[in-house]
Parts: sequence; structure tokens; C-alpha cells
Amino acid sequence: MIQFVLRRLLSAVPTIFVVVTISFFMMRFAPGGPFNLERPLAPQTMANVMKTYGLDQPLWKQYFTYLSNAAMGDFGPSFVYKDNTVAELIGKALPYSIELGLWALLVAVVGGVLLGTIAALRQNGWIDYTLMVIATIGVTVPNFVMGPVLTLIFAIMLSWLPAGSWGDGSFRFLVLPVLSLGLPQLAVFARLTRGSMIEALHTDHIRTARAYGLPPRVVVITHAMRGAMLPVLTYLGPCAAALLTGSAVVETIFAIPGVGRYFVLGSLNRDYTLVMGTVILIAVFVILFNLIVDILYGLLDPRVRHD
Amino acid sequence: MSLMRTKWHAALLLGSLLIGASPALAEAVFHRGNSGEPQTLDSAHVSVDIEAFVLKDLFEGLTIYSADGKIVPGAAESWTVSEDGTVYTFKLRENAKWSDGSPVTAEDFVFSAQRVEDPKTAAEYANILYPIKNAEKVNKGEVPVDQLGVKAVDAKTVEYTLERPTPYFPQLMAHMTALPVNKANVEKFGKDYVKPGNMVSNGAFKLEAHIPNDSLTVAKNENYWDAANVKLDKVIFYPSEDDAANIRRFEAKELDTVYHFSSSEIKRLREQYKDQVRVTPALSTYYYSFDTRQEPYSDVRVRQALSMAIDREFLANEIYNGAQLPVYNLVPEGMEGYGKGPVPEWASMSQIDREDKALELMKEAGYGEGGKPLNIEIRYNTNTDHERVATAVADMWKNTFGAKVSLQNSDVSAHYAYLTEGGKFNVARAGWSADYGDPENFLSLMISTNKSFNYGHYNNPEYDALLKQSYDETDPAKRMELMKKAEEMINRDQPIASLMNYANLWLVSDRIKGWEDNAVNEHLSKYLSVAE
Amino acid sequence: MTEKTIATVAAAEMPPADERPSRSLSQLAWIRFRRNKAAMLGCLMLALIVLFSYVGPVFLKHGYDEVFPSYVTIAPSLSPRPDPETLKEVAENAAKRARVTLSSFEVENGTYTAVIAGSKPIDPRAVRYFDRANEFENTQVKETAADQLSMTLTGHVDQEYFLFGTDNNGRDLLARVMLGGQISIAVGVAASLVSLGIGVLYGATSGYIGGRVDNVMMRFVEILYSLPFIFLVVVLVVFFGRSITLIFIVIGAVQWLEMARIVRGQTLSLKRREFVGAAEALGLTDWQIIRRHIIPNTIGPVIVFVTSVVPQVMLLESFLSFLGLGVQAPLASWGTLIAEGARNIQSAYWQLIFPSVFFVLTLFSLNFIGDGLRDALDPKDR
Repeated sequence: MIQFVLRRLLSAVPTIFVVVTISFFMMRFAPGGPFNLERPLAPQTMANVMKTYGLDQPLWKQYFTYLSNAAMGDFGPSFVYKDNTVAELIGKALPYSIELGLWALLVAVVGGVLLGTIAALRQNGWIDYTLMVIATIGVTVPNFVMGPVLTLIFAIMLSWLPAGSWGDGSFRFLVLPVLSLGLPQLAVFARLTRGSMIEALHTDHIRTARAYGLPPRVVVITHAMRGAMLPVLTYLGPCAAALLTGSAVVETIFAIPGVGRYFVLGSLNRDYTLVMGTVILIAVFVILFNLIVDILYGLLDPRVRHD
Repeated sequence: MSLMRTKWHAALLLGSLLIGASPALAEAVFHRGNSGEPQTLDSAHVSVDIEAFVLKDLFEGLTIYSADGKIVPGAAESWTVSEDGTVYTFKLRENAKWSDGSPVTAEDFVFSAQRVEDPKTAAEYANILYPIKNAEKVNKGEVPVDQLGVKAVDAKTVEYTLERPTPYFPQLMAHMTALPVNKANVEKFGKDYVKPGNMVSNGAFKLEAHIPNDSLTVAKNENYWDAANVKLDKVIFYPSEDDAANIRRFEAKELDTVYHFSSSEIKRLREQYKDQVRVTPALSTYYYSFDTRQEPYSDVRVRQALSMAIDREFLANEIYNGAQLPVYNLVPEGMEGYGKGPVPEWASMSQIDREDKALELMKEAGYGEGGKPLNIEIRYNTNTDHERVATAVADMWKNTFGAKVSLQNSDVSAHYAYLTEGGKFNVARAGWSADYGDPENFLSLMISTNKSFNYGHYNNPEYDALLKQSYDETDPAKRMELMKKAEEMINRDQPIASLMNYANLWLVSDRIKGWEDNAVNEHLSKYLSVAE
Repeated sequence: MTEKTIATVAAAEMPPADERPSRSLSQLAWIRFRRNKAAMLGCLMLALIVLFSYVGPVFLKHGYDEVFPSYVTIAPSLSPRPDPETLKEVAENAAKRARVTLSSFEVENGTYTAVIAGSKPIDPRAVRYFDRANEFENTQVKETAADQLSMTLTGHVDQEYFLFGTDNNGRDLLARVMLGGQISIAVGVAASLVSLGIGVLYGATSGYIGGRVDNVMMRFVEILYSLPFIFLVVVLVVFFGRSITLIFIVIGAVQWLEMARIVRGQTLSLKRREFVGAAEALGLTDWQIIRRHIIPNTIGPVIVFVTSVVPQVMLLESFLSFLGLGVQAPLASWGTLIAEGARNIQSAYWQLIFPSVFFVLTLFSLNFIGDGLRDALDPKDR
């Protein structure tokens, strides 16, 4: 097992290298640059700026400079948010996104698995239908609609909750963004759980356990759940990576200073270094979570072997 | 009786305790919506208005704008101009101080100007100060920075020598690029001087905290020369580019102001918030540029016809809900000494007559129904309002000429990169806002040598000559005449179709007192106060 | 279950002449699907929505890009526009733009009569100002006073229905929702199929073969997952121009990644099961095993996941439009309509409600159909 983990961590290095290389050149092929603003720069000042940021160098040179700096842990200054380095920007923003993402993940997984299990136990009953209709709405209503609607109701009409900002990070401020971020995922988890629970409940050993007269709750928790968690677990990997690295939409709607909006803003502003920073961040998260999921597979289902 | 009074006092005291803090003790905080995260707080690198709002609260230039948008003395208490208009001498206030208590000196201004023009600084807006002698040469690296025409006569007197008479120079000194920085402070911290804790500023406020994309807090600067008249204790800037979200936060009373929002909301907001909605025509023009390098747009008749067929009143009143004004010429109204610029003769015709005329011209040029087919592509940067304008214009050209019109959007960076780098197009959206209140700022866009801003590559030697003459003209009235003549040429040739005069849209809560609308869109927090 | 898998294994192993059992299996699935009421309801609903989107425009007088300058941002209504009371105002405006004044105005049986007066002789072309308003058509000069200072006009009152209201450009929202349906359904279905096809094959292959191949294939997925999507899109536009096919490719290219991981996860567990061992023992090739035993057994989670991919795909499309890759204005998809509506939620609620309702209904139908398919096809339930 330790060998497996080590090998995977080692293979992360070439993975990230490839990601960085492709992203670097892809960005430079895109039209526009970090200094093509709504208000274009005069030719002379543009020339000065390009020189200062090393953008007048040949592309391969810029690439190797970036690569060697990045290898030393220096991700450069942001081209657009000029007062900060990329490391500073991401370092400041990431904790907000992670906290928000963890809550949303918790809501989604706990809520989704719970609702999915209940629905499966009452398959084709009215509880099942109601829950699944709600779950479907959860998946279908986009968060850029969910966010404004929730704010309109709870912040403007009822004045119960703030309409935006991280504030002091207390419950009041987190409720709406966590719901907007978590509900669509909750719905996916609920549907996945329901589906695989129904399958698991129909398998032979569960039927046997039931026939032996074990109480249903014990059967569900100890036996069925274990087998049913596999698809849930798989989805958990990319879902966690996505939630923890922030959502540009939710962070923008609720004015949360997270890292998610940097993905979009960075790209739209052609902030090359910031985009590279976020790309590496995502790669690290994705690799890490996929690794965790793969380890959990082995623990959950002895049939899965890592060779 | 006396017992009663004590009880009453006690009740009052208790009451104020229960409320939390009595109004007199409460901090006066202004929650200022700022529609975007400032990219930098370094005056050498700022480029947009949302940065200027923050920076001008922190730093004070030689001149500043009053609440109603007039140039008034700022860090300088007075100034004089030489006979020939090329030397400006500013006298600094004796009591002007930095937030660390040190005096504001002429040397700080010299240092700041040299820093902006130094090519190593790579200031994005260095060209704004090119009227200063040798500024362009310094910025190109042709002569050393100490050759820049700025010098400290004594500790409190700073002298600017200019390339040529520049009547709008006092306005330039209020521009964000001309704001001073504290020499000792910048030398100590380098580019990190902009961080909270490091920054020393000379404006009405000083930087207290800054969480990117969340908030930027400035607190009253007790060392400011006019601190006694500053009523706010704190201003918190909230940067969010999502205008719909900003409006919701305004409605939830979390923001006192919202800057910039989609014009489609104006009607509803006006009904609900009455005069808290502020629509102020600005010194800026929304126009469509024609690519004069290629057929059929190289034909002046085609350009005229296309321009005439655009019903600007519909755009301004229906698409923008009256938040913009229809215009027919490039230079917006309200420039000192210029008045209302000349307009094309067809501007006074009714829209139907214009369309008849347009059709005639188009026929003459041999395009449209019965002639060569007219396929037009309108390029614009992604934005709801721009899309609506393009949709409406497409409909007008389709109805008038039977043209086939397609739309193409791209994000801001790609759009402007394409245009400034000389990309070919048919019709492209663009806009220009004044950096300073002089027509030159607009008219120079159309000079043939201005490769980056003259998107359509309008090339008229006569026009270029007229503008060159205006640069050398020292008599202000004559200079304006020359520029008017130049603008008439644009009106005739229509290398661009000027469509609308932008308005600045603000939501300003009733809570905020002292807010005055002005065309220059300058709203220093030091003039404002909050009512509890 | 073991019993049934052995049966399938046996069926798979039979020579081609005996294809009947497998055909009857699919027939069986079809019968089971038809018996599922929710699934059939979903099919019906989807069929209606498809009809509405693709055939609806034939019956609608208004084009999706037709601008009605007089009807910008008006609320939905079952009665025709304009209501007669506002007509006089419209006529006054028309007169104002023709630089004359309106001295009298009457409407009778869909025909109006207006008397206009001016200080200078009136140009007969003034009628065009009246026709220009969407409310009037076929305006004619009935009489002109001798001094040409006043004129009587007559013409039809043109009434229009806007059942869904109009957008901020004065276009009929009903027509736009229909158009949006055409694009969104096409994009949603095609891109989901791409994601399904690539994702399932890739995931099953990776999981089944395992070892070094699995490792490399999964690292490839991680690389694709980490690339900056916006740049990918922008660069694609530069190289290939913009086209609807490109949208399918881009969206499909992004959305299969999670699908592949899910299928791989299932496969890792499935390949150690008895029936796979049995199939191996019977000498089936890897490809046959993947096709006949692995993929059918992953159907449960796959269907659930596909039904959550469809809305994501449709919404992603609206983001592509923002970047200039997706459908270009004046075309619209449900995604772009909903995004636009969400922005005007308070001033023009209908712009959000109508496209959203169709969007949600479509996805509901797809969900029901998906669940029905799952129940019908799942080998474990046979």
C-alpha cells in the first residue's frame, strides 16, 4: 500500500509538468494579453510594460524561465493584480474556498447519502418520488439562478440573512453560499446512492441477511451501504476537488474572496501567471483526491486490488 | 422633580446602551460599492476609474475635483502660469502632511513624476503626462529621468515645464497618474509600499486593511490638512464585478452605493428607489468604427449611409432606458472652451429623411438591394448592453438596406487586442472616456499615425495637419476653432459612427449626504457624510 | 444473481445462429420500459417539448430575431397588444417624430383615423412614421387640407400576441424559447452522448486492463481535468473558427472525464466478480468481456450521472457563448436565455420563468427516461 501511494505521488510530478507545459503554450496562442484592457495602452507604455514583465522575450525562453522559477516555488507576480504575487493571492483566497467547499461537501455527501438511502428503502413509494423530484430540481436549477433567488427571498424580502460577503465567516454569512454550492451536488449524491442502494438491497447476501431476520437498519448500515458506496466514492473525488477549489459563480454572486473567481477572472484578464498558479492548484487537488479515492476503494471493497 | 429627571436621564442612558452605541459615538462608515477589484494601488500602474476612486481618497494631487466636479486646489494651495503658458508653478500647502506626520514636499512630487516616466517603472498611463517637457523621451529611455521638466524650487514649490502650452494641465494634475507618493516610503518598501501597514499617504484617508475581492478599508487620516472637515471615519470599498449581486446588496442595505449596472434595471430601480438612482452624462462616447481599409467601408458614402440609418434615439431611449443620450459627433458636450461640437448636417433631419438619404447614398455606391450584396459583421466585446445595441443596429441595417448582418462577440481582452493590433473587421464597437476635459483627448484618436486607437485606420492628411496646427497654436480660442474644423471632417467622412453619450450610473443611498452628480465622475469620500 | 450471469455468459458464448435469446432480451427490456409509467410520461413530455421547439416556429408569426421597437420588455399576456387605451399615446409619439401635432384620434373596428396638423405644409411621407410604430400598418392619407397644414390619416391597427412577453430588445420571448429549445436539446443530447460514449469506453478499458495502462490512462484524465478550460475554448476558436460542431466537441471533451472515472471505479470492483472470471475461463477476449459484462453492469451509476451531465452541458454552452464560441447572437439557447433572465429577475421575471420551466421540464423527462432505461436494462434485474 505504501509503495502504491509513493508511486502515485511520484507520478504526479510528470503529470503536473505536462499540465504546465500544455497550459503555458495554449495560453500564449490565445488572442489578447494581460495588458489589452478595455482602455488600450499607448504603444510606448505597452513596450515598457512588455519589457518589464519579460513578455518581449522569445516564448521558449519565457517558458524555461517560468519552469525553473516554478520549480523553486516562485510562481511570479500576478500580471493583473500587480501588487501581489500569485502565491500571495492564492494563499489568501484558498482558505475561504476550502472552508466554503468543506461545508458544501459535508451538506452534499451527508444529505445526499441520507436522502438516497431513505428513498431506496421506500423504493417507488411517495417518499421516494418526492425526494427524487426534489433532487432532480436540485440538479437542474443552475446555481446562477439558485443564488439570486435565495438572496432575494432570505436577504431582501425577509432580511434574515446577508446578501453577500464573507463577513466574519459566521453561520449567517455561510448559509446561502453553502446551499447554492452544495444543493446541486447533494442531488447527484442522492440519486447515485439511491440507485446503488436499490441494487445492493437486491443482492443475494442482503436478501439472506434479511431472511435470517436481522433488523433492516443493521442490514442497511452494515451490509448494503458498504457495497453501495462505490459510485458515491468515485464521484466524491472530482466533486471534492471542484468544491474545494471554489466556484467562480457562487463566489461572485455572494462576493466571497475565494480562489474560484481567479480561474475565470485570471483567464479573462489573460493573467498568465495567475492562471498557471490556479492550474497547478487544480492539478494538485485532482491528483490528491483521486489518490484518496483509489485508496478508499481498496478499503471499502476488498475485490479492488491495487497492483 | 429632580428625581424624575434623574430617572429620565437613566432611561436615556440605558436606552442608548441597549441600542448598542448612541449615534454620536457610532463610527461614520461609508460602504462604497466599487464594481471591481483594483488591480493595483500604485499610482504608477493604475488604469481604470474604480482604482482612481480608491486612490484619490488615499492620495491627494496638486489639484483635486470638488464635489460638483470642478478643479480646485488640493495639495497645492495655488499656482501660476508663465506668460507663454509653458511653465506652471505650484505652491504646496504649508500644513500638507503625510499620514506619518512628515511634511509633503516638492521633492515628493518630483520623485513621483520621475518614477512614472522612468521606463523601468513601466507605468501603464505614462503617456498622460507626456505634455511635461521631455516626458516622452524619458519614457522611451532616450534621455535620463533627471531631464524631466519637473523641479523643486524649494521645499514647498514645484515647477513643471511643458513641451507646449497645455491649457488643461491643472486637470492633468488631478489625474490618478499624477498623484504623489512618499519618496522615503517608496524607497523603503519598494513595490510593497502599497500594502496595508506600509503605505504612507497624504489624502483624507489612509489604508487600513485590504482583502482582495472582499473589501478595502480606509480610515480617516488625522494628519490630513483638512481633517477637521472630513466627516467619515471609515470608507469600506467593496469590489464586485457582478452588478446584479451589487444591486441585491444595495437592496439589503449592505452597500451605500453601487457603481455601474445594466441599463435594463433602470426602470425598476427608478420606480423603487426614485432619486437614489443617479444618471449623469459623462465625458465619453460610444461609437462604431468602420474599417476604412477595405471595401465597401472605404467608400465614404457607404459609411455615411450606415451611420445615418442608425436610429440613435431608439438606442438611447429603448435599449438604454434613457440612461444614455443620442449623439452624432465624437467629442462629448461639456469640454471647457469647446461647447457643443459640430454635428453632421443630417443630424437635424428626421430619422425617415435620413433613411431615404442613406438609401440613396448606398445605391450610388452600388450596394444593397439591386446592387452588390451587403454583408456586415459587427464585432463587440461580450456585454449584455453591447449585445442589445448590436442586435438593434443589425435590425436597422437589415430593414433599411436589406443587408445581411451578423454579430460576433469576444471577451474584452481578445476584442481590443484584435483591434489595436490592426486586425481587419467590418464594423467594431468601441468607446472612449475622457482622461481630461479637452477635445484633443478624443480627436487624437483619429490621427492616422495613432495606429493603436485608430482602429478603422482613418487616414486623412488634412485632418492630421489640422490637429498638428492645433498643437502648436497658443491662442486657446483659435486652438478650439482648429479642433472644431477637424471634427467637421470626421462628421463628413464618418470613419466612425458616434452613437451615444455614456452616462455614469450610480445608486446612492439616502443615507449618504453631500453626493453631487458631475460629468467627470469624481466623488471624493472626503465631501461625504452618513446620516444615521 | 449468479444464476443469471451464468445465463448471460452462456448466451454470449453461443454461436451466431442462436442470436434469438439476446434479441428477446432486448425485447424484454423494451416491454419492461413500456410498462414503466414515469418513463413513458417522460417520453411523452420530451416529445411534446421537441415538437414545441422544432415545429412550433412554423405556427408562430414572429421570428426569433424580429425586433418590435414598440414592445421592448413587455410582460406576458393572453390578450393582444396594444390595448386600445395606449394607442393614442403611440399615435402622439408618431406625430411628434413626424414633427406634426395630433389633433384627433379615433379607433373603430381595427381601423384608426387620425388628424394631424403642422405649422408648415405636411409632407405626405409623414404616414411612414405611423407605419413605423408596430401598432399601425397600411396607413394612408385620406384627405389633405387645401393649405396642406392638416391631414387626415387612416390605417389598420395591428395587434400582436406576446404570450411569453418580450425581451429587452423587443423580441418575442416565445419564439426565442422555441429557438433556445432547438439549440439546447441538440447540444445537450449530442454532447451527453459524446461524453457517455468516450467516458464509458475509456473508463471500462482503463479499469479492466488495469496496471500500468490504467495508471497512464488515469493520469491523462487528470491532465485534461486540470487544463484551463477558458483558454482551451479561446484557442480552439482561433484555430477552428466558431461552429456548433465545435461546441459539441469542446463540451464532450470536458464532460467525459468524470464519467470515465466513475466507470473505471465500478469496473475495478466488477472485474474480480465470479461472472467475469467465468467469462475469462470460457475464453472470451478482453473486448468481449468489457462489452458484454463490464459495461452493462455499470449502467446504474452511468445513467444517474448522465442525467446530471445533461444540465451541466446545457449550461456550459451558455458560458461558451459568453466567450464567443457558443451560439452567437441573435441565436439563443435556453442557457443564455436563463442567464439573461437571472440578471433581470426583478424587473422582468418572465424572462427567467419561461426558459427555466422548459429547461427543468426537459431535464425531468430525461431523468424519468433514464431511470426507466436503467430499470429495463440492468442485467441484475433480469
